[in-house]
Amino acid sequence: MKILVCISHVPDTTSKINFTDGDSKFDTNGVQFVINPYDEFVLTRAMWFKEKQGASVTVVNVGNPSTEPTLRKALAIGADEAIRVNAEATDGYFVAKQLAEVAKNGDFDLVLAGRESIDYNGGMVPGMLAGILDFNFINACIGLEVDDNKATAIREIDGGKETLSTNLPLVVGGQKGIVEEKDLRIPNMRGIMMARKKPLNVIEPISFEATTTSKSFEKPEAKGAVKLVDADNVGELVDLLHNEAKVI
Amino acid sequence: MSVLVYAESSEGKFKKIAFEAVSYGKKVAEQLGTTISVVTINADNTSILSDYGAEKIIKINDEKLNTFNAKAYADVVKQVAAKENANVVIIDSSNNGLYLAPLLAVNLEAGYASNVVEAPSSTSPFTVKRKAFSNKAFNNTEIKTDKKVIGLAKNSFGLVENKSSATEEDFSPNLDDADFNVKSTSVDKAKGQITIADADIVVSGGRGLKGPENWGMVEELADILGAATACSKPVSDLGWRPHSEHVGQTGKPVASNLYIAIGISGAIQHLAGINSSKVKVVINTDPEAPFFKAADYGIVGDAFEVVPKLIEKLKEFKAQNA
Repeated sequence: MKILVCISHVPDTTSKINFTDGDSKFDTNGVQFVINPYDEFVLTRAMWFKEKQGASVTVVNVGNPSTEPTLRKALAIGADEAIRVNAEATDGYFVAKQLAEVAKNGDFDLVLAGRESIDYNGGMVPGMLAGILDFNFINACIGLEVDDNKATAIREIDGGKETLSTNLPLVVGGQKGIVEEKDLRIPNMRGIMMARKKPLNVIEPISFEATTTSKSFEKPEAKGAVKLVDADNVGELVDLLHNEAKVI
Repeated sequence: MSVLVYAESSEGKFKKIAFEAVSYGKKVAEQLGTTISVVTINADNTSILSDYGAEKIIKINDEKLNTFNAKAYADVVKQVAAKENANVVIIDSSNNGLYLAPLLAVNLEAGYASNVVEAPSSTSPFTVKRKAFSNKAFNNTEIKTDKKVIGLAKNSFGLVENKSSATEEDFSPNLDDADFNVKSTSVDKAKGQITIADADIVVSGGRGLKGPENWGMVEELADILGAATACSKPVSDLGWRPHSEHVGQTGKPVASNLYIAIGISGAIQHLAGINSSKVKVVINTDPEAPFFKAADYGIVGDAFEVVPKLIEKLKEFKAQNA
């Protein structure tokens, strides 16, 4: 089985979010970048397939050279090779088009991606990728088994879960549950040393005009201070929720 | 040119988010000076959609579509969009909505903006405001394509009553075998419980509750409020509560009207998951807990004393306001 894992390079969860150039650009100053947490879950699942069932794992990212440390980390975790599509990830459709090209040219039969990235939270790339490739698609995946050409998956639905069956080729948008957080891999020294020798191929993007443009960013209005209620006067909270906040 | 809204239903009944999507669609149609059509799949009582501004309701009844199937539903909505000459299609942000919207966008070769929180600030260029950076910021996005798909964030626009007289018509889509390549083999849904996704109020417990045996009061509080129960990540990691209740960055997002956090300190990953909730209440013994900075109302105190008192006061409140 040939697995392609799509990796997004995102600011660490704890990063302070600021903007520059008249609030038109994300300020990367002092920001630590990591593998998108949702992608880490699917990458770990790919490692499991590689070790238990035999599979090759390629990781791919659409980004400029600054994303390479994130791809190297994925190689250190155990991916066999990495591909960087040398382009700014301008919008979801553009990224999906580039990834589809990589998936098609590499004859991949299972494409894994996190359900969404924690920067733009668009949640559009896995589905668009499946649509462009005309592969089967399972989103919000919390369990995945593959046996020959057949896949069985569990996806989250509102208020429960659903079991699905389908065939490869398949695109999966995964999340926590596809593996548990305690099973996530941390690169060890051997992995880091080996990653240096693994191929990181840089390819040029195909021509496709982005369908959307980011115009500007804004932050939510500053929140007023918390209104504290005395622990001996809980009735006041009920009163505030009813009369002031009007939520009960 | 028109606006098309997909109104999601489950077992024939519309979800509240369907009415929110129609309310939003009506607003966009007004801004564009055009009409709004609404497509429903195997839904009963479709006339209720006209309360929120639907002018034309296109009803699809096909038992092959009884179980949600993203590819088939995306094909159906595409066919209706073509029939209605729709250039803006609005989809909600339920798990199903998030599943079908990107497939639909590719079908229509449309630019897609998800997590949209407001009516367009401009229709030419078409610009919408969407959530980004795990609710820590907003991004104003211009959709440049002729056709547009908008994913509306839950509980962001609200329900707007706007009575209209709607025409209704039936439509039979062409369904291909390939639409059903992904088959649903079983559905496991918690019966009778309010889900975090649908709840207006969520009551959530953290490690401060000391053990799963103390969840009775959380459930009792949720029961009085008609709320869903939830928990912080350590609680689900410890196995005190199921993973499906874990709220936060990698868990479930909450966009409720009221979020009550009991014994949760408010790690940044947890706050990322609840930022979209309108009113936040925190009950914690530690006055330095970061959650107090994010909350609207707070009580510094021991949950084991405060929560039973709160339950008692809410019972009195309900008796008076019944």
